[in-house]
Amino acid sequence: MADTYTLISSVTVGAGGASSISFSSIPTTYTDLLVRVSARATSGGGWSDSTITFNGGTTYSSRYLYGDSSAANSGSSASAIVTRGANGNSTTANTFGNSDIYIPNYAGSNAKSVSIDDVTENNSGATNSAITHLEAGLSASTTAINSITLTLGSGNYVQYSTAYLYGIKNS
Amino acid sequence: MADTKIVVNCETGEVEELPLTADEIAQRAADQAAWEAEQAAIEADKQAKAEAKASAESKLSALGLTDDEIAALRG
Repeated sequence: MADTYTLISSVTVGAGGASSISFSSIPTTYTDLLVRVSARATSGGGWSDSTITFNGGTTYSSRYLYGDSSAANSGSSASAIVTRGANGNSTTANTFGNSDIYIPNYAGSNAKSVSIDDVTENNSGATNSAITHLEAGLSASTTAINSITLTLGSGNYVQYSTAYLYGIKNS
Repeated sequence: MADTKIVVNCETGEVEELPLTADEIAQRAADQAAWEAEQAAIEADKQAKAEAKASAESKLSALGLTDDEIAALRG
């Protein structure tokens, strides 16, 4: 039977806020990883972007679909993997967005795929609020992932933002 | 609110909260600027294509093609 969702580590942002959250020394004993984030940012409007990096590397690309309170959209990047699940500073006070970042075969010796599923708070009239965002990312690195960093483009994650890192085994 | 980073060591469970170095602050700003520039270029390209499409459809309409005929051309 699959041994799923073993919590590896978690963190809650303290009163001073933080511009980035990293998990280091990730064990290679799982098949997949899941980072589950609940976040709010001091920046942005309806949402704030966070880049995701592995082992401090730089070779990323992505394609995404998203819809917000005004339109559906799509796009791509030749340089970054981005999660959009942090509520921005114009959303309803004290609400947080959510992100699931799934990384299969993270310890393998091939390029790494990443799937991201984000939603932000939707009970707000803020411009660009209520985003739903799906992204397919690729890290060209063939090195096993031993660290993951989420960095807000600007501003800080506010107090009580959380990140949970789960390891998933297929046996 | 100072720019800090939180680092969780999954092996030891230790959680460190550290100030960003000047290089890290500069890199973060550069990365954000590059991301915004890339996305702006993509949006501009999409906008240009949409405007070209509208212009082409307008010209086809002026030539006497119906909306159904223009749609059929789009496939």
